[in-house]
Amino acid sequence: MAAIFQGVGAAEALSSSPFNSFDSNKSIFSPRRSFSVRKGASFAVVRSDGTVNLNLKGRRAQQLISNAVATKADSAAASSSSKPGHELLLFEALQEGLEEEMDRDPHVCVMGEDVGHYGGSYKVTKGLAKKFGDLRVLDTPIAENSFTGMGIGAAMTGLRPVIEGMNMGFLLLAFNQISNNCGMLHYTSGGQFTIPIVIRGPGGVGRQLGAEHSQRLESYFQSIPGIQMVACSTPYNAKGLMKAAIRSENPVILFEHVLLYNLKERIPDEDYICNLEEAEMVRPGEHVTILTYSRMRYHVMQAAKTLVNKGYDPEVIDIRSLKPFDLYTIGNSVKKTHRVLIVEECMRTGGIGASLTAAITENFNDYLDAPIMCLSSQDVPTPYAGTLEEVTVVQPPQIVTAVEQLCQ
Amino acid sequence: MALSYLRSSSSSSANLKLLSSAVSIRRPISTDTTPITVETSVPFTAHQCEAPSRSVETSSSELLNFFRNMALMRRMEIAADSLYKAKLIRGFCHLYDGQEAVASGMEAAITKKDCIITAYRDHCIFMGRGGTLLEVFAELMGRRAGCSKGKGGSMHCYKKDSNFYGGHGIVGAQVPLGCGLAFAQKYSKDETVTFALYGDGAANQGQLFEALNISALWDLPAILVCENNHYGMGTAEWRASKSPAYYKRGDYAPGLKVDGMDVLAVKQACKFAKEHALKNGPIILEMDTYRYHGHSMSDPGSTYRTRDEISGVRQERDPIERVRKLILSHDLATEKELKDIEKEMRKEVDDAIAQAKESPMPEPSELFTNVYAKGLGVESFGADRKEVRATLP
Repeated sequence: MAAIFQGVGAAEALSSSPFNSFDSNKSIFSPRRSFSVRKGASFAVVRSDGTVNLNLKGRRAQQLISNAVATKADSAAASSSSKPGHELLLFEALQEGLEEEMDRDPHVCVMGEDVGHYGGSYKVTKGLAKKFGDLRVLDTPIAENSFTGMGIGAAMTGLRPVIEGMNMGFLLLAFNQISNNCGMLHYTSGGQFTIPIVIRGPGGVGRQLGAEHSQRLESYFQSIPGIQMVACSTPYNAKGLMKAAIRSENPVILFEHVLLYNLKERIPDEDYICNLEEAEMVRPGEHVTILTYSRMRYHVMQAAKTLVNKGYDPEVIDIRSLKPFDLYTIGNSVKKTHRVLIVEECMRTGGIGASLTAAITENFNDYLDAPIMCLSSQDVPTPYAGTLEEVTVVQPPQIVTAVEQLCQ
Repeated sequence: MALSYLRSSSSSSANLKLLSSAVSIRRPISTDTTPITVETSVPFTAHQCEAPSRSVETSSSELLNFFRNMALMRRMEIAADSLYKAKLIRGFCHLYDGQEAVASGMEAAITKKDCIITAYRDHCIFMGRGGTLLEVFAELMGRRAGCSKGKGGSMHCYKKDSNFYGGHGIVGAQVPLGCGLAFAQKYSKDETVTFALYGDGAANQGQLFEALNISALWDLPAILVCENNHYGMGTAEWRASKSPAYYKRGDYAPGLKVDGMDVLAVKQACKFAKEHALKNGPIILEMDTYRYHGHSMSDPGSTYRTRDEISGVRQERDPIERVRKLILSHDLATEKELKDIEKEMRKEVDDAIAQAKESPMPEPSELFTNVYAKGLGVESFGADRKEVRATLP
C-alpha cells in the first residue's frame, strides 16, 4: 500500500512535497524545486476518516495551502477560453503524464518497441525521444521477454523504467519476468529490492484486430502477488494514474484500452495524481451498484441513460484499481444499494469480475439483497468478423436487461 | 489456374537486348529449346556451406507462371489496400507487395507436401499454396466464405490440405511451431521439409534460437527463412539487430543469403535448402527483399524511410519487372500478351471481390463453434460447465 502512504506523507509534509507545477524547462536534471500553488486551486484533500484523497475531481471542499509562494505558474498548455484546464485526447494525457514525470525525475526512462524515433505505435511517447534522447527513450528489438526482464533488472538498482508492451498480448511472452521477478523479488529478497517499474500498454477488444491482439491480460496477471494493477478510462485518470504509477515504489501494471485513446476531455493544468488504490464514482445512485472499468465504463454509461429513462437509478463505479480492489468505496456502495452488477471485458472464467464477485460475497454478503450478477466477455477467442466480435463483449442492451432482472 | 500458353523460342534469333537495368547484368543465355538457364544477378553468400550455382534452370512455362502468379499477388494486395480504405477490411492488414518473389520462388522449388508456416504477412503465401482469391477476400472482410470462416482475419489464413500452417499474429511465435512441423515430418519419415518464415524484426526473438538449437540437435528438416525487408515496423534493421547478417546468426547452422527480389534465385535457394535440410538438418535462408507498403495499413511507411528509397527499389529491383524483362528478352511473349495477362488478373481480382462481398457474415452461433473440437458434446463452456450463449434482447 505504498501509494497511500506516499499520499499521506505528501499531505502531511506539503511544504517539502515534490508537487511541482509543470513547467516547460527542458533541463533533465532539474532539482526538486519548492512547489508553487496556482492561485485558487486545491490539490490535496484530507478525508474525514484520515486517509488522503489526492483526487482533484469535484472535491474542492477543503483547501490546503501551505507556506508556498503563490507564483503564476507556466501556463504553456492553458487554453484561451475562460474555462480552467486544457482539452486533450487520452493518449496525449498519457504522454503529458509521462513527460512530466520524466522532467521531474531523471531516473524515469521508457523502453519499448518503436517508442523512440517512431513516436510510439499509439503516439503515447511522441516527441519524447527528441526531448530526452536515446538513453532515456529506448527503442528495443522485438524481444519482450528480454527487455521486460532488463527493465526489471534496472529497476532493482533504482531506475524507474516504464515498459511499453505494444499490445498487452505481447506481454505474455514476458510473463515469467513479470510474475517471477517483478512480483516476487521484493519478497524473496526480504525487502532489499524494490521494483518501481511501470508496465503499460493497450489491451482489450478493438475493432476487429483478431484473436491474438484482443486479449485481456488482467485476468492472467491478477494472481501475481506483489504487483498492482490499474486500468485507466478517461484522460483525467489516465494522466493521474500514469504519474502515480511512476511514483509508486511497487510494480504497477497500467492497462490502457485500444479504443479509448482518442477520448477527449478537459483536464486541469496543475499537477495532480490519482490514487492508485481508489475507485472512481462516476454516477451516484440508489438502486443498483454497477462496477466496471476501462472501456466497459462507456457501455455502462450508455446503458445508464436508458435505465434512467426507465426509472432506475444506477450507481456507477469505475473500479480503476484492479488489484487491490477498493473495497471501501465498493462496500459503501453495496451497503447503500444492496444490489451489484459487474460489467467487465474480461473473460467469464477467472476474470476480474469473478474475483470481485468472490471478494464482495465474502465481505458484504449480509448487505446483498440479490446474488451478484457478472457480465463478462464470452469464453471464446475473439473472432475477426465484426458481428461476432460485437457479441463477444458486453453490449449496453445486455446491461439494461441485467439491471432490470436484478431489480425485480 | 490453367497454365498460360507458351511462346516458342526455338528460333535462335539475336533478340538479346541489352538490359539497361542498373542491377542485373545478364550473361548471354543459351538458346536451347524449352529449358532455359538464367544466371541470378546477385551471387549467393554462404555461411558454413557451399553456395549453390548461380545458374538456374527454368523454362518458358515456368517464367510465365511466375509472372502470372506474381501479378495476381500484386493485384490482390493493392485491391486489399483499397478495400481497407473503404473500411470493408478492418483491424490489421499487412500487405506483401514487393515480396512476391519469395512466395512464388519457394512454391516452384517444393511440393504441396512440404509445409510452410509464416507470420501475419500471409495473404500471398496462402495464394501460393493454392488458396483462392475468394477465400482470401472473404476472410479479410470477415465473411463466411473465408478460409477461416471469417473468424480469423487477415493474420490467420490457414490451408491444411496443402500444408500451409498460417498465419500468426505474435512475432516469432511461428518459428517454434515450424520446427515442430519439421519434427513431425522427421517422425513420419516422409522426406518432406518445413519452411518457417519470419521477418528481420522477429529475428531477435529468443524463441527462434531456442527452436533452432533443438532442431539442430535433433537433425530436423527445418528451413528457417528470414524475409529481410529491412524494417521491423518502424525500426530499421541496423537499429534492432547488432548483426544484420541474419543468415549467419544461426552460428552452427549453415545459412545462405539470397536476393529475395529475384524469383529464380529464391527458387534455386529453396531447392538447395530442401536437399540440404533432408540430409543435414536445419538451414537458414535470408531473403533480401522489400515491402512497398508500410508495416500495416495503419502505418504510412514513410516516417522511417524516404520515398526515394521506396521508388528506387521499385524501379531497380521490382520482382515482376524482372520477370517481365526476362520474358521479353527471351522472346517468350510480347508486351501486349503480358499486359493482357495483367488485365486478366485484375479482372479475376475484381470478380473475387464482388463474390466475396456477396458472402454473408457468420451466424451468431458461430461464436461458440470450434472453441473445442467436436465430440465433447458441448460447444463452449466456462468453469461451471454451463454452456454460455449471448442473447441480445
